[in-house]
Amino acid sequence: MSDIHKDFSKTNAFLIDMTKCTGCRGCQVACKQWNQLDAEKTVFFTGEGYQNPPVMSEHTFTRIKFKDFQKNGQNEFAFYKEMCMHCNEPACASVCPVGAFNKTKEGPVTYDADRCIGCRFCMVACPFGVPKYEWSKAFPLVKKCTGCFSRVKEGKKPACATTCASAITYGPRDEMLAEASKRQAARPEKYLKKLYGAEEAGGTSVIYLTALPFDELGFKHVTKRPLPSYTWQALRLVPGIFLTVGSSLSLLSWFTHRKDRLKKEEEQRKSGVTPPKEES
Amino acid sequence: MTAAKIIYKEVMAYHNFVKFLIVLVSMAALASLIRFIFGLGVTTNLNDTFPWGLWISFDVVTAVPLAAGAFTLGAIVHCFHIKKLEPLVRPAIVTGFLGYSLVCVGLLLDLGQPQRGWHTMVYWNPHSPMFEVSMCIMAYTTVLFLEFLSPVCEKFGYHVPLRLLRTIEMPLVVAAASISTLHQSSLGTFFLIAVDKLHPLWYNPLLPLLFWVSAMCAGISIITVEATMSHKWMGQPDESELLETLAKILPWVLAVYLSLRLFSLFALTEGALWDRPGLTALFVLEIVALVTPFLMLLSRKVRENNRLRSTAAWLVIFGVVVNRFNVSMFGMEAPGTMYYPSIIESVVTIGIIAAHILFFVLIAKYFPIFEHHPETVDYTLPDHFRKAEKGHGAPAAGVGNEA
Repeated sequence: MSDIHKDFSKTNAFLIDMTKCTGCRGCQVACKQWNQLDAEKTVFFTGEGYQNPPVMSEHTFTRIKFKDFQKNGQNEFAFYKEMCMHCNEPACASVCPVGAFNKTKEGPVTYDADRCIGCRFCMVACPFGVPKYEWSKAFPLVKKCTGCFSRVKEGKKPACATTCASAITYGPRDEMLAEASKRQAARPEKYLKKLYGAEEAGGTSVIYLTALPFDELGFKHVTKRPLPSYTWQALRLVPGIFLTVGSSLSLLSWFTHRKDRLKKEEEQRKSGVTPPKEES
Repeated sequence: MTAAKIIYKEVMAYHNFVKFLIVLVSMAALASLIRFIFGLGVTTNLNDTFPWGLWISFDVVTAVPLAAGAFTLGAIVHCFHIKKLEPLVRPAIVTGFLGYSLVCVGLLLDLGQPQRGWHTMVYWNPHSPMFEVSMCIMAYTTVLFLEFLSPVCEKFGYHVPLRLLRTIEMPLVVAAASISTLHQSSLGTFFLIAVDKLHPLWYNPLLPLLFWVSAMCAGISIITVEATMSHKWMGQPDESELLETLAKILPWVLAVYLSLRLFSLFALTEGALWDRPGLTALFVLEIVALVTPFLMLLSRKVRENNRLRSTAAWLVIFGVVVNRFNVSMFGMEAPGTMYYPSIIESVVTIGIIAAHILFFVLIAKYFPIFEHHPETVDYTLPDHFRKAEKGHGAPAAGVGNEA
């Protein structure tokens, strides 16, 4: 966590309007192409529904989740693009013992594979279950959506946002939030009032607009507080506790050993020998 | 006779149980070799939804509090100055040193890139509990190694290092207690980040404090069990009288732990507590396993009876182990998912426990661990130049005694 930006309104964010998603999965293909990810051999209907591949993995950084539901007695589909949320204050970056994750000022949370020791704490910490592991390798690393940092820092949009015909808008976070509110205000009967990602985990760089309740679509329920603050409230006490325990135990030992020391000096005085210098 | 032959004869003369331990350790070594050849995915039951398994739950999160005897007893004996307990300190230090060394082994097996373990020392991230724990474990293993050098120097009659070690004894004890306080509690901090993952029966902001206090309970109990067993099976001196004193301290630490545990559970926890029967059962098991020994140890009869005292200590150990598994494994499983360790994972963990017992038995066999009575150790420098006779300075005898 080298950079802590308190103001995230100018970092780039994805605004994903799920009502405009047609489930074409062009974003999945673009992601695989840009990041040069291997194809996965999959069998249809192995996951929760029509989505393919069934889950995100070391080879799949994003996928469209298909959700069946009934509307006016008709079967309908709802879609949800699953990807790294690029949190404003990422849990993965705070728990990584070697600081391999970094929230860039451009928006994406990047991962430095050269630092990673493979402890998988990021996977335990991420509230969205995003970082994936190279389980097939003897010396595995972590894999996750890069937010196409290599494109974004050159002023381009991420691969998925470039490919997507309708649903993904990419730009500064405050503008994306304003755009989302504008759409909600224009079609209040269509959109849900809540924006997923506006406050989740203290705010993320991926913001979702939907027509269906979020838990029905499979969005995880996540705390609104930035996750690093949960561990920091304990960790910030570390230096103080170290000094307190150390000094109070030293002081205690000095007092408890005092009687022995006095007795020893007394004995030495009696035996008429000059007391040797104290050693400890 | 060649050296190999001597070693062979020595090993063949060991008790069958020791030979059995050697077999278990070799199997674990083989299993870890398989892990490094075929990778974590094939050899373990870990996956993307459950990335930490038995190796973290037992080899790290549980083994660290079980090795807490060294710092607890060190502080009791040297800082609180209950000197009569000193004969128990050395076995505790050996247990601690072995425990922490094996924690390092377990951690390196679990890491994806163990060859980069040193990265934690270069790329600091003070916001990470894992960074804090790994720094502390490295520092504390060093402290325990220095403390462990005393019996080694005694065995070989190295007087100069012995005097040096004696001089830094108190600083080491204080360092051990402070470093342990940090990492024992930070193991609890690990799980503070798992806000919506760890079940509310275990998730609360006091988790680090609870981990620290329960580690002390586990440490004291391990010392009790160890001294009782090494008296019974290894013919080491009977320390019942000292264990009685320890058994007087233990229930009060347990009482502090249990009251903190219940306070944090009912006053600081958010969310539904009793929604999953399986977890409720594990929670009850954990609490019962700690309340029972507390009540037992309140009675003088239990404290004075070797068998009952040792039973109470076993219960505490069991309770702390269940607690650590609940926090790091069962409580972390999302409803409907299930993790159980693979054969390779189990063989490695069994091998690590076996290695601990094996090395303890061997060290006790070859080094003065139990025979240690500090007043009998000769800390004087060997007077090669007969300076004392010629009247240079004060006689060295008694100099090294603690201040």
